[in-house]
Amino acid sequence: MNKTANSKAWLFVIPMVVLVAFNALIPLMTVVNYSVQETFGDNVFFWEGMKWFEQVLRSDRFHESFLRQFAFTGMILLIEIPLGILVALSMPRKGPWVSVCLVLMALPLLIPWNVVGAMWNIFALPDTGLLGRMINGLGIQYNFTQGPVAAWATTVVMDVWHWTSLVVLLAYAGLCSIPEAYYQAAKIDGASAWAVFRHIQLPKMKRVLTIAILLRFMDSFMIYTEPFVLTGGGPGNTTTFLSIDLVKIALGQFDLGPAAAMSLIYFLIVLLVCWIFYTLMMRGEAK
Amino acid sequence: MAIELKNVTKQVGAETHVYETNLSFDKGGFNVLLGTTLSGKTTLLRLMAGLERPSTGEVWFDGKDVTGVPVQRRGVSMVYQQFINYPNFTVFDNIASPLRVAGESKGRIRQRVEKISKLLKLTPLLERLPSELSGGQQQRTALARALVKNAPLVLLDEPLANLDYKLREELRDELPRLFMDTGATVVYATSEPLEALMLGGYTATLHQGRVTQYGPTPMIYRKPNNLLSARVFSAPPINTATIQKEGSTFRLTDSATWPAPAALRQLKNGPYTIGIRPHHISVESHGAGAVSINGIVQIAEISGSESIIHFHIEDNSWISECRGIHPYKVGESARLYLDVSRCFYFNPDGELIAHPGAADG
Amino acid sequence: MAEIKLRQVRHSYSRDHRKEEDWALKELNAVWQDGTAYALLGPSGCGKTTLLNIISGLITPTEGRVLFDDRDVTDTPTGERHIAQVFQFPVVYDTMTVYDNLAFPLRNRGMDSARVSARVGEISRMLDLESMLSQKAYGLTADGKQKISLGRGLVREDVNIIMFDEPLTVIDPHLKWQLRSKLKELHQRVGVTMIYVTHDQTEALTFADQVVVIYEGTVVQVGTPVELFEQPQHTFVGHFIGSPGMNLLPCSAADGATLFSGIPVQTTNAHKLKTNGRRMELGIRPEFIRFDNSGFDVEIVKVDDLGRYQLVETRRAENTIKMILAEGTPIPAENPRIAFDPKHTWLYADGWAVS
Repeated sequence: MNKTANSKAWLFVIPMVVLVAFNALIPLMTVVNYSVQETFGDNVFFWEGMKWFEQVLRSDRFHESFLRQFAFTGMILLIEIPLGILVALSMPRKGPWVSVCLVLMALPLLIPWNVVGAMWNIFALPDTGLLGRMINGLGIQYNFTQGPVAAWATTVVMDVWHWTSLVVLLAYAGLCSIPEAYYQAAKIDGASAWAVFRHIQLPKMKRVLTIAILLRFMDSFMIYTEPFVLTGGGPGNTTTFLSIDLVKIALGQFDLGPAAAMSLIYFLIVLLVCWIFYTLMMRGEAK
Repeated sequence: MAIELKNVTKQVGAETHVYETNLSFDKGGFNVLLGTTLSGKTTLLRLMAGLERPSTGEVWFDGKDVTGVPVQRRGVSMVYQQFINYPNFTVFDNIASPLRVAGESKGRIRQRVEKISKLLKLTPLLERLPSELSGGQQQRTALARALVKNAPLVLLDEPLANLDYKLREELRDELPRLFMDTGATVVYATSEPLEALMLGGYTATLHQGRVTQYGPTPMIYRKPNNLLSARVFSAPPINTATIQKEGSTFRLTDSATWPAPAALRQLKNGPYTIGIRPHHISVESHGAGAVSINGIVQIAEISGSESIIHFHIEDNSWISECRGIHPYKVGESARLYLDVSRCFYFNPDGELIAHPGAADG
Repeated sequence: MAEIKLRQVRHSYSRDHRKEEDWALKELNAVWQDGTAYALLGPSGCGKTTLLNIISGLITPTEGRVLFDDRDVTDTPTGERHIAQVFQFPVVYDTMTVYDNLAFPLRNRGMDSARVSARVGEISRMLDLESMLSQKAYGLTADGKQKISLGRGLVREDVNIIMFDEPLTVIDPHLKWQLRSKLKELHQRVGVTMIYVTHDQTEALTFADQVVVIYEGTVVQVGTPVELFEQPQHTFVGHFIGSPGMNLLPCSAADGATLFSGIPVQTTNAHKLKTNGRRMELGIRPEFIRFDNSGFDVEIVKVDDLGRYQLVETRRAENTIKMILAEGTPIPAENPRIAFDPKHTWLYADGWAVS
């Protein structure tokens, strides 16, 4: 539908533009500013050009955090998406239990992120935490503050607990939109439950799942609060993901130049992945 | 209000939805846009309403150019195929909504709404929500909302298509009467030729984005200017075939020939196309002048008091609609009679040469 | 092949069904012959889809039994009833090709690929889908998709009944003709029992050998299209079938004579009347009324030229009487008088034909 020109509408937009400019655009420009210059404080700047970018892209530390981040995001997606779909499939679509299930699924999403980290921290403590005590009691050596495998496992489980509900709710919405006639036709065709899933449910959930994957990718790629509260990035730097590393450099070492450059690279990666997803989604719809 | 579309086209991306169109509707007239889906009816309605801008050309209301005027200021009501009502308003509030937006007094609103609901038989339902109404009642509410606004232009986009057959008949009877009293100009889009015939007024036949003909409905039906218009305006589809003119006779098959009517005798010899409506082919001969043909029956459908016989003749698939019960079997050979005095003659380009009545000699 | 018997079938969608209105389908006893084409005809909400779903097994009736060839199938699941159903909106497996769609029901039942190929080829030829077998089902038009839905039902060799739930709803009007006659042709060729649910009387009358007219959950009449047209047993049948439907005029009846607006009218069944009902009506179809100087006078309100026929609306006292006349029939300019064909005039008491 082509909208006809309406100059009064711009008046509504201006306050929002100002707000966004103040909160987002100006800080972003500041970061760009820092990323191409060197400063030792007192607002004295020296132009460095692409030096910080090159330094970051060549640094081993960056490569390691980057790989760690990718591994983490990969694991998250591989677990949460299928698990979310599975749970959504088992949720009832009609009847009194629907609201109960939806509320249960929504609960983890409502908890503030640092509380999540703190919760799991206490829960997984090897000597006093419920989970920690139980695992050690079974004979498995478990201490997430000291063992990297334990730290990773706990972080992943925490994220799965926290965020799978989002995938569940999105997939559930997708499933609910499938007309009953499809299931009836499948029954008449004698299709097995797997065939119903593969040929009816999955294709119809495609759009919703794309959104779910996109959201989970973005959020897990930028994850900061929960792992920081849980492990602080340790033991050592085994769970230091990209954003945690970034903050360490920027605020810990006060190396604003490299930190800014890393921010921008980080930002561009996320932007690139979003763009790829968007194009795929649009191409899928155009067909 | 009198409406004029001047050289209007509409392109969306690489597709042209409406080719150059010039149409002029008189004030207070009932106009039908007849065509299949994707023929451009909805696009034309939206262009008239102001919901879309034409890619080229202008829209004029009562002698004033309104092409740039947004829809809120054009004084238009629109009724859609899907029963569109505000789901949270009662029937009363739905009908009253345009009046409330216009700032009318409460007393006036109540008066108008009650008058209109009486007209559309909605009075006992005024306190209900749309979800509690049947399809026909919901569409009546949408119609009432369009009427109460008293807009000088009312646009209806296949409003009866989602209703039950019988309900469609009843509402179709009422519609012209409803709008006649308001003096509004009505434009009604439909894909059913019978609806156009029953609604009367003027009809524009559309085919793939072009208006092929416009005029008083009975005239368009009886004198289609070309094959496309004839095809659009017939259900069941009009039967066509290539015939040969040889001297003073027309030949369909070796055994089916008839003398050319006086007005057509001077035509060049060669191929032409005839169009003959299904109810002019019958199992019984209507008398002298009937041309008999042999067809292979594909299927015979019996409906109440009539038979609809689908058959093949030469390479053509034809349909005959005639009185009486004739249950032919698949593949049976049947003798049928054409009333050639009712044929349309088209030249090879599809332009009409002669219609029944004009060709008599 | 299957003969369908319904014994005291009743269905209600609400838990507590004490009131009459709670029953979507009221008590129904029926025997439907094998191999016949049936149409379930009625307005929206009359219970016809409920009945269809009870036969196909998608709904279990609140009361009553369903039998196929005297075998009680009331508790048999849909997949084992040897039925196929075509829905209102085309149901195709978007990600598969047309070929795979048609092969799906056969492959699910373990048929070997050579036989699958033969069967799919045969059915696609019948439905004119042969040229599209390798295309993705997603890209087809609505009528193509409906043909695929139909094909999936035909392709199975064990199907005894094919059911259609308003299948032409989304089809373009000018393609409806073709698809409708294709369905009829298929029925004559394949000979399977077919049950077709619709609210469109043209579709019902042209397709079916027997039409079941349903009104508010009750079967009002079952008969051939001709019977329903010429001998409607209920005013609803008279009104619903025919376009426009039967004229229903208030009248009074006594001693075998019927009076409409003070004029004696001859009917086919007035002599069978034993007791008057609360509402007495005269039914005559517009097709059976003529202009006749020996008849009674009316006022002509409107004449519509509808191409094939003329629709004349007349009035007498407060009653509207519609007539259908052939193309070109002259309409008297002065003192029009009409007469009813006594062989097609019926007397109804409280909606039911007097018998």
